[in-house]
Amino acid sequence: MLDQTATALAPAPAAAAPAIRLTGLTRRFPGAPAPALDGVSLEVAAGEVFGVIGRSGAGKSTLIRCANLLERPDAGRVEVLGRDLTAEDEAGLRAARRGIGMVFQHFNLLASRTVAGNIAFPLEVAGVPRAEREARVAELLPLVGLAEKRDAYPARLSGGQKQRVGIARALASRPGVLLCDEATSALDPDTTAEILALLADLRARLRLTVLLITHEMAVVKALCDRVAVLEAGRVIEQGRVFDVFTRPQAATTRRFVAEVIGDEIPPGTLAALPPPGPGEARRLLRVLFAGPHSTRAVVSEASRRFGLDLNIVSGRIDAIGAEPFGILALAAYGAAPAVEAAIAWMRGLGLAVDDLPWAEGGA
Amino acid sequence: MIPWLPPMLEDLFLEAAWQTLFMVGAAAGIAVLFGLPLALLLHATAPGGLAPSAAVNRPLGLLVNAVRSTPFIILMVAIVPFTRLVAGTSIGTGAAVVPLALAATAFVARLFENALREVDRGVVEAARAMGATRLQIVAKVLVPEALPGLLAAVTVTLVSLVGYSAMAGAVGGGGLGDLGIRFGYQRFMPEVMATVVLLLILFVQGLQSLGDWLVRRLGRR
Ligand SMILES: Nc1ncnc2c1ncn2[C@@H]1O[C@H](COP(=O)(O)OP(=O)(O)OP(=O)(O)O)[C@@H](O)[C@H]1O
Ligand SMILES: [Mg+2]
Repeated sequence: MLDQTATALAPAPAAAAPAIRLTGLTRRFPGAPAPALDGVSLEVAAGEVFGVIGRSGAGKSTLIRCANLLERPDAGRVEVLGRDLTAEDEAGLRAARRGIGMVFQHFNLLASRTVAGNIAFPLEVAGVPRAEREARVAELLPLVGLAEKRDAYPARLSGGQKQRVGIARALASRPGVLLCDEATSALDPDTTAEILALLADLRARLRLTVLLITHEMAVVKALCDRVAVLEAGRVIEQGRVFDVFTRPQAATTRRFVAEVIGDEIPPGTLAALPPPGPGEARRLLRVLFAGPHSTRAVVSEASRRFGLDLNIVSGRIDAIGAEPFGILALAAYGAAPAVEAAIAWMRGLGLAVDDLPWAEGGA
Repeated sequence: MIPWLPPMLEDLFLEAAWQTLFMVGAAAGIAVLFGLPLALLLHATAPGGLAPSAAVNRPLGLLVNAVRSTPFIILMVAIVPFTRLVAGTSIGTGAAVVPLALAATAFVARLFENALREVDRGVVEAARAMGATRLQIVAKVLVPEALPGLLAAVTVTLVSLVGYSAMAGAVGGGGLGDLGIRFGYQRFMPEVMATVVLLLILFVQGLQSLGDWLVRRLGRR
């Protein structure tokens, strides 16, 4: 798997202005000790799926609600599809919102309307004639796999079906961007997988631009091209999902990544290893294999070339999108210069090698 | 028709029943007509509403509470000048509708407001996110979503009005309650009193069942 040449995700169309540009967003709720958003800036390119991940209370909902001005930031600019929303009046804002779809954690469907009625709602609000609305609904129902549920009321639907309605409704007016606020957080794992697959499919078919927020790294891994990590109202890290996953920098990011990558060293593993022999160095290395390297070949070759004992204490091979990668934690025993030489050699191959403190025992 | 009553009273009963029906129906109709906009205004101007405004919300809320906390029998007398202005007279079934409608408007406005408050904020937010105008949110989200609650509020109001209408005798409004007091109580005719009570119970039961049935029908969606 790792031997194949990595095929990167199709890069977002270059040059064009970003579909969403948030600049210096700040929002402090009255009476709150700290701002919910503290100078957040990010850009979502057209055709890109951008994820924002953060713990509870990090400010994710506030951030995404700022993107269509459901929440008005105290400071900063919100530009969507080339329009500065913060400068729009009520009518302009309504018009702009019709070009922004939104999917909600708790679906927020109208109980008084059928599935078809819910999906038609944004069109009705926009004054689209009935015949056109019906045609669009007929088009959307099979797209989200709800052709049979056209006339059902939300009360009769499962959570997954409700979210499908929510997604169809968000897409009804062919929005230029889609905002997803924890779209799968109210669903069980199987249904979550279903909805993620649906979003991935729609994304590919409709070339959607998506800004989504989540507290689950699995969602980011399944859908996103880029990700920003939000903590206490600030972006503490952002980049391509592959980079953030394989080489997380901030402690919070590492914890998120550990949830899905699972490359932490099992407890007790290090304690069970022998102490270094006389004159020997003992190092704990985290080696990231991305691209055309086989993990096993590199480990055995390093061992042979530099006369090291390399003990694999944890390992994980995975892929993000079409990009495979492997992460190994190695306990390396050998003469100090030989270990250094081996590290340099691996880096020379393009592998990322991080020194881990022996005591930490985790990535 | 009612075997245990002297035939001469039957006409009186018929007339009284009709008067009760008229007072309750007319007052309820007016109350809904004015109460719904009032409730929508209270709801919209409340903090976090569609158009928050303490300057509108507080005086309006105070007014509604003032009407609600005045005992009906006192309200009826206190607003006689207003009644005369509206109905041209302060005596009779038509005149009795005025205080009944006023009390019921305040009553139903609060109940409506509660029903509107039960509408999921998320749904309103979704409509806002889709670019709905405030009027569209009221007409297409708030009212339809709150409909079962609004209907239940109308039922409760109708039932209360039946009770209030019994006091309308004080201004010559007639009705079943008045009949019960004049004949049953003042002329010592317990069979009349019993019949009035029975009819009122049947009437209220009928209203309640109808209301519940409608709410259930809507709730089943
Ligand atoms: N309307 C509000 N009024 C006051 N404080 C608020 C409001 N909305 C959010 N906050 C506060 O702002 C901070 C960020 O909230 P936000 O809902 O954006 O977090 P979140 O990352 O979405 O969390 P979660 O994962 O729990 O949904 C929190 O401390 C929260 O208490
Ligand atoms: Mg949230």
